[in-house]
Amino acid sequence: MMPQQSQEEQKKKTRPRFLELKFAFFQLRKNPLVLVGAVLSAAIILIALLSNFIVNPRLAGEISYATQLCWGNSYVNWGPASSFCSSNHFYWLGTDYFGRGVLSMIILALPLDLEIAFSVVLGSVAIGLILGGLAAYGGVAADETILRVTDIFFGFPTLLLALVVAAVVGPSILTLTLAVLLVWWPLYVRLVRGQILAEKEKNYVEALRSMGAGNLRILFRHIIPNSIYPVLVQATLDLGGVILIFSSLMFLGFSPKQNLPELGNLVSEGIQNVFTAPWLIIFPGLAIVITTLAFNLLGDGLRDILDPRLRR
Amino acid sequence: MGLVRYIIRRLLLLILVLFGISVIVFYLSRGYPSKFPPWGQYVTLSMSPSEIANIKALHGFNLPLYEQYFYWLKDAATGNWGISHWAGDQPTYTVFASRFPLTVELSLAAIIITVAIGLPLGIISATRNNKLPDHASRILALTGYSIPIFWLGFLFQLLFSYYFKLWGLPTLPSSGYTDQNFIGGSVPTITGIPMVDALLEGNLSYFASSFVHLILPAITLSFASLGYLTRIVRSSMLEVLKQDFILMARSKGLSERVIIYRHALRNALIPVVTIVGVLFASLLGGVVIVEYVFSWPGVGWAALQATFRNDTNFLMLYTIVAAAIIVIANLAVDVTYGFLDPRIRLK
Repeated sequence: MMPQQSQEEQKKKTRPRFLELKFAFFQLRKNPLVLVGAVLSAAIILIALLSNFIVNPRLAGEISYATQLCWGNSYVNWGPASSFCSSNHFYWLGTDYFGRGVLSMIILALPLDLEIAFSVVLGSVAIGLILGGLAAYGGVAADETILRVTDIFFGFPTLLLALVVAAVVGPSILTLTLAVLLVWWPLYVRLVRGQILAEKEKNYVEALRSMGAGNLRILFRHIIPNSIYPVLVQATLDLGGVILIFSSLMFLGFSPKQNLPELGNLVSEGIQNVFTAPWLIIFPGLAIVITTLAFNLLGDGLRDILDPRLRR
Repeated sequence: MGLVRYIIRRLLLLILVLFGISVIVFYLSRGYPSKFPPWGQYVTLSMSPSEIANIKALHGFNLPLYEQYFYWLKDAATGNWGISHWAGDQPTYTVFASRFPLTVELSLAAIIITVAIGLPLGIISATRNNKLPDHASRILALTGYSIPIFWLGFLFQLLFSYYFKLWGLPTLPSSGYTDQNFIGGSVPTITGIPMVDALLEGNLSYFASSFVHLILPAITLSFASLGYLTRIVRSSMLEVLKQDFILMARSKGLSERVIIYRHALRNALIPVVTIVGVLFASLLGGVVIVEYVFSWPGVGWAALQATFRNDTNFLMLYTIVAAAIIVIANLAVDVTYGFLDPRIRLK
């Protein structure tokens, strides 16, 4: 009889969690946009992971003048037909100046953009957790110092610091990533600090302390898990934001090399032929919009689902 | 008394922020061992090494970095912001001051569009929560939030200037702040803002010309902040609508209209004010891209050119003015916040 009892007990224990999950699904049904965001983000990440199997990565370096600036898609009749194209091959989104399919180039570009978005956001979250925790727990001196440093960074116009760093250090993927990270981290320090400070004052922390829980245990087992949701939401939203800033830098001419498959760079290089082949800037830009929108929809919905004040 | 003290403290903080920013920009543009050294803009390929050494000495590049910084600080304090070589050796201050009004015009227009569209959208989104209007305005706001503005700018140019011409429709100008060869006389520079100057002169055709030139860049620039504002208004409104005094107003039998506009909106707008600082930061960053795309000769475009040419003088002036605007906007927000919401006491 014993095992059965413990099983029942276990059921009882998991019940609230199960209910919570069920409630989350209920919220998801009520708010279909989150579902769209989740499915889209998952699909985009999947395509990025598999991009090398979908499209031959060597395509990026190939030049084929026979298929230059083609629009072979008869489903959409594009006004100004290309004068260069001498191929009847079907391309979903046309070809660029080097004769490469725009769709293939977009698929090849996704991994780089996502990789940078994830590394900047994860880096910022890590710095935010460390410095934000230090500011909240390290006493007045540490708090003041860290806050004043973030003040300085908040004084910069959003794009300008990244621009100056990129221009001075010289464009490479690593320096561009660091340049964007340099702009991004102060936000997370503020966010984490505010969350921890608000959480620290709550009654349950006092209760835990009176039960004999140590500082570290309270911090890692209770305060951080309880205050991580806003950070999670912000991180999801920022995945899109980083892609926007990064592609803007690429667009402004900080691409480390020509023909680099990166969404902003594809737009930038398409501009030369924009009047004969408008699809060269339309579709890579649309890819940026869809990717960013997917993460924004997801993050926006997560906020509503995870924030108990907004959902009930 | 507390308020005065608070403002003084914050102004001291402003000095700290400006100092920090100037040190960072100075180090990056002058001290960092870059592949494109800052003295590179003054030398040509035909110069001999001794001539290059002379030029480096002339511009003070052979001094230690901190000495260079203090020389810059001393000059800046007396109003001498240096020379911008790429702008035809004009004084940096002149380059900045002649372009700044154009950026002000563009940013103000963008702010007006943002508020005029973002506020109603946010209210609709909150009052019709999780219904069709909410979803629609949400998609609109989030899309605005997700669009790269350089791309949007080019699409606008392509559609309204190129395709509309092909299709025989009235077009919108895609570059500059007024017609290059404007017929009907130019207007004297009074404020530097073309539309205001035209009005002061009573030159209506010049006003119309600068107005149509402003449309596309201003809409493009407003897009990012538009989505942001809509989201903030929505969530703040949702929170207020859940509070007891709204229930009270409902139970008194007030009409939904009165509840939303007289009771809820007033309270919901208080947290919205706090984003003004962030809004300015994103606008002053956004103008760099929008001015570049639309060939709008403001300070943003100039900052981009200064970045590429490593012009320390202009970058310093631009970031310091921008930072001062952002910090003072934040200070103004915090001070007015206390008046708007008596529950909040300044510490």
